[in-house]
Amino acid sequence: MVVFKKPHALSDVPLHYCPGCTHGIVHRLVAEVIDELGIEGKTIGIAPVGCSVMAYNYFECDMIEAAHGRAPAVATGVKRANPDNIVFTYQGDGDLASIGTAETVHSAARNENITVIFINNAIYGMTGGQMAPTSLPGQVTQTSPYGRDVNLCGYPVKICEMLAELDGPEYLERVTVNSVKQIRNAKRAIKKAFQNQIDGKGFSLIEVISSCPTNWGMTPQAALKWIDEKMIPYYPLGVYKDRSAEKKEDEQ
Amino acid sequence: MNKLTFRTDNCKGCGLCVDVCPKKVLALAEDVINKKGHHPVTAVNPEACIACAFCATMCPDCIIEVEKGE
Repeated sequence: MVVFKKPHALSDVPLHYCPGCTHGIVHRLVAEVIDELGIEGKTIGIAPVGCSVMAYNYFECDMIEAAHGRAPAVATGVKRANPDNIVFTYQGDGDLASIGTAETVHSAARNENITVIFINNAIYGMTGGQMAPTSLPGQVTQTSPYGRDVNLCGYPVKICEMLAELDGPEYLERVTVNSVKQIRNAKRAIKKAFQNQIDGKGFSLIEVISSCPTNWGMTPQAALKWIDEKMIPYYPLGVYKDRSAEKKEDEQ
Repeated sequence: MNKLTFRTDNCKGCGLCVDVCPKKVLALAEDVINKKGHHPVTAVNPEACIACAFCATMCPDCIIEVEKGE
């Protein structure tokens, strides 16, 4: 009996990510969810700019490449033109939390019926490890060699907390993928985000705290530990908004 | 017996599967270099495998297939 094999929705193309990069795990979780929900034939993915720019090669469903940061805007158009299709975006922090913040906030405020997978690794990976809006205070990067100085560069953007203040979004959750337990939890969250869209509930965003061993200057193992020690205290995991659950509570 | 299959050419030798295995089944093959130029993972102790699929769950490159024997 096969206990584990590559999901059908994930293509055979070798991933270009660095050794130990957790992008691959999240790709696989999305593909597994697409398989389990049986929606591969009608799913349209929107690839971002950043490390995951070539995500269109890795999923077997239809994919579109968006301009930098504009994936939620493209997804809005695709979903409104094809309401029967399932539309998801896959974006990093340089895409979603930096150049594309406006698109993210407004698609959430409009409660567009799309699913957003947001990879937060606290650094710009593809361009070589510069400081991102999500870099932690004191974090050493190429452009903050003495550590991020909050007096000069300001404080990190907490997307889930920020969007949770809006009335629009249906579901916001922050997860991580640094252990088997957390990976299973992340899959549950991603599945819920897709299910919400199938049920027509609206905007779901799953923030995945990821590692970047290359640009953090660590081994893959140390990077996973660093997530536990440094990132999760600053970016606490959990559900930030779940309107269906809130409604149920109100009824009771 | 439980069976592990690796797509060895896609392995990047990050070793995350090695660390997560509760039965110490896996190791990086220090004397082998794959097409990508990494030391790929290999099963050094395959009899001990309990088919928990922790390695495959952790693998970022989805190179491991796990089969549970009868």
